[in-house]
Amino acid sequence: MRRVGLIAFLALVAMIPLSPPFYVTMGSYIGLYTMVALGLVLLTGVTGLTSFGQAAFMGLGAYTSAVLTTTLSWSPWLALVIALLLTIGVALVLGAVTLRMGGHYLPLATMSWGISLFFLFGSLPELGGQTGLSDIPALAIAGVELRDERIYYYLIWLVCLAAMWGTVNLLDSREGRAIRALKGGLHMAEAFGASGLRLKMVVFVYSAVLGCLAGWLYAHMQRFVNPSPFGINVGIEFLFMITIGGAGSIWGSVIGATLVSFLKTALQGILPKIIGHTGNFETIIFGIMILMVLQWMRGGIWVFVERFLPPKPNKDVGEASDLPVRTQPRRGEPLLRVDGIRKEFGGLVAVKNVSFEVAAGEIVGLIGPNGAGKSTTFNLISGELPRTDGNVYLGAEKISGLRPSRIARRGLSRTFQHVKLIPGMTVIENVMLGAYLRTNEGFFSAGFRLNRTMEKRVAAEAARQLKRVGLEESMHVPAGSLPLGKQRIVEIARALCSDPILLLLDEPAAGLRYKEKQELARLLEQLRSEGMTVLIVEHDMEFLMNLVDRIVVMEFGKKLAEGLPHEIRSNPEVLEAYLGGV
Amino acid sequence: MDSTIFLLLAQDALTNGAIYILLALATILIFGVTRIIFIPQGEFVAFGALTLATLQMGEVPGTVWLVVALAVVAAIMEAYRLLRMGVSREIPAAVARTLAPPLVVSGIAYVCAPLNLNLGWQVLLTVMLVTTLGPLVYRVAFRPIADTSVLNLLIAAVAVHFALVGLALLFFGAEGFRTPAFSEAQIPLGVLTVSGQSIWVYVMSIAFIGLLAYFFGRTMYGKALRAVAFNRNGARLVGISPSLAGTLAFALAALIGCLSGILIGPITTIYYDSGFLIGLKGFASAIVGGLASYPMAAGGALLVGITESYSSFWLSAYKDVVVFTLIIPVLLWLSLRSVHFEEEE
Repeated sequence: MRRVGLIAFLALVAMIPLSPPFYVTMGSYIGLYTMVALGLVLLTGVTGLTSFGQAAFMGLGAYTSAVLTTTLSWSPWLALVIALLLTIGVALVLGAVTLRMGGHYLPLATMSWGISLFFLFGSLPELGGQTGLSDIPALAIAGVELRDERIYYYLIWLVCLAAMWGTVNLLDSREGRAIRALKGGLHMAEAFGASGLRLKMVVFVYSAVLGCLAGWLYAHMQRFVNPSPFGINVGIEFLFMITIGGAGSIWGSVIGATLVSFLKTALQGILPKIIGHTGNFETIIFGIMILMVLQWMRGGIWVFVERFLPPKPNKDVGEASDLPVRTQPRRGEPLLRVDGIRKEFGGLVAVKNVSFEVAAGEIVGLIGPNGAGKSTTFNLISGELPRTDGNVYLGAEKISGLRPSRIARRGLSRTFQHVKLIPGMTVIENVMLGAYLRTNEGFFSAGFRLNRTMEKRVAAEAARQLKRVGLEESMHVPAGSLPLGKQRIVEIARALCSDPILLLLDEPAAGLRYKEKQELARLLEQLRSEGMTVLIVEHDMEFLMNLVDRIVVMEFGKKLAEGLPHEIRSNPEVLEAYLGGV
Repeated sequence: MDSTIFLLLAQDALTNGAIYILLALATILIFGVTRIIFIPQGEFVAFGALTLATLQMGEVPGTVWLVVALAVVAAIMEAYRLLRMGVSREIPAAVARTLAPPLVVSGIAYVCAPLNLNLGWQVLLTVMLVTTLGPLVYRVAFRPIADTSVLNLLIAAVAVHFALVGLALLFFGAEGFRTPAFSEAQIPLGVLTVSGQSIWVYVMSIAFIGLLAYFFGRTMYGKALRAVAFNRNGARLVGISPSLAGTLAFALAALIGCLSGILIGPITTIYYDSGFLIGLKGFASAIVGGLASYPMAAGGALLVGITESYSSFWLSAYKDVVVFTLIIPVLLWLSLRSVHFEEEE
């Protein structure tokens, strides 16, 4: 059914040039807009960032080529190279100044940049001012000029479909999974070794490049450019396209571009007749429409269409997992050493010079009443919070002061107190994210689908870990459809998939029912018997007592006691802290 | 450039800067209280100036019909919400509460519009109409999605911007207007002549900033708004309703926008779409303050005013290019200052 839909779509695209010229022109525009919207889907729907500057990137591509091919008589192909370099440069600068900060700075920066570029187009005499530049040469491939509109239509859609194909492939890959993990914040991607900042930058540059490419094609199709198609309003319209079409899927860009293009043409014809004078009154309708989509149909039209489609085919799982494996430390060797670690938040000292050690093959519990500083200690170890003082060593290496992604590289893997999974992705794909550092497939091999063998091997490894934790029957369902208890187990499988030497579990039993807790305890015992070292932060004493080898108790940011479970159970200070003095 | 021109430009910078300060305050207020990056703030400016211009001509401004239409939509939404919550008993009262103030305001404006009242009364009518618009926009466009991501709220904000600009074109036409000055006085000051209108801008800005400072520092509602901006959940726990806070923030923002429009109406010709750029300059100022600090935003506003004024002398065609490119180094500076790697809501 999905395949039939795809073939029908391709057939429709192929047959448009048989229709009257109006539809061919429309089709060409839709192809160009789809390309730009596609980049925005990746940026907005997938990564959770957004840009108002996509039309400006289009303008950058169009104007660069227009100037170079007219005044300097360069070849359009050479101009394309320059335009792309320029676009990448601008995107890198905009990304560098905004992506480190909160999510709303990128849209603001791209909006202001888009506005200033638009005014620049309109006022520089070299760019023809408001009248623009004309007599742009036609594209020529192997000496044949592409002047026929129908031929040019095919060129546009060839590029557009290639971009769609590459984007789909990219999302279904090692880097793609890490990109999809960015939407809820950097933590998830960073915990498995991906650099969130680098991924965001790549996505933004990619979306800018798509814009530039569309602009270049536009300039040589129209053979004339002026500022108005690259203004900020057009930049906003791209955002509207994906909001209406569906920002979560690449198909949303096609649907949105098509719908908005037709609607705009229709409204521009009808509204001035109703109202009695000319003007861009369609903005009223678009504005209201977007508000309605946001209130009643969030996710856009594609979500509605997808409801009628059968589920995607299952992930291809290889025969055997043969990824390289780390040498585990010998049982009993000191593995984690926390040395006088301290964290101050302003005047509040959340963790006061806490020290303890974990030996390889041990399960150690870090417990304490609410507010004791356990989670802060956990975050100091995993690198999520910068420490005020003290050090953390993993084996012989100092890991304090490193970013989480660097610490993950050294063999520490973790789960989250509030489950962090990508709900729309299948369980096995979520677990595959764990193996991010074990392979090094890049963007190009992903985009051109050269990563298939490696993907199968990683899938096999993920399947092995899912079997290890007893979840292989849920492998191909969306992670968001599992109950909380199972989601936590998926997180453990994902952590195991990174082949760690130390597993950090942040309150794994929180919110679980009794039976789920029992299953979790059984799993952890099994992991210990397999030689895995685990540090658990937990406040459920009962859960830990029969499970762990040793316990570290914290209260008011300080280490209160340390010892074997039965020692802790009878320690008067611990009883006081937990029960208020018995 | 001689010193006269220098001072003249400085005076210009100050006048514009004062307006940008007001708009930056409104932007920060709305972002703090509702997490909405309120792009359409400038539309209140345009609606303010153009509503007053229409009243000047003795006609009923389209703002009246917009207020009525939004009030009806808001009332329907309110009724539907209560119906779904299963408390249909409360519908009549809620509908009345939603409809009454906007209908009264627009009714008064409708009756008074052809009377050719003096400027003061017309300003009052304008302020009432546009201020009413704020909470209605919040109720219709943002409240139903108040809990979604900053990103969705931003998309909704640009949608509102689109709709309002289109409506402004529909109501006021494509022609620009200048409203009459509050004062025709020309006060000689050394080599300069300061116009009475500029004095009005300074005085009103300072008075309004003082008023806001009093409101936030001394009154219960003001403190409640600050509490919501500081910690939304905490404020909810102590009984401050976020949607009431949102309504209040929008009323204030609309009031600030409207006043700004009335103040600059005599200085600059305002078109239906002029608000966007004016609002964005206020916004750029707010960014300097990291969308959080009022004093830094005020500094940013003056910076934007100065940049704009002096670049209009040297590079008049590129005035806006310079102003909006300025944001990039400011962002770089902010980015270098921020050390944490966390973000997200």
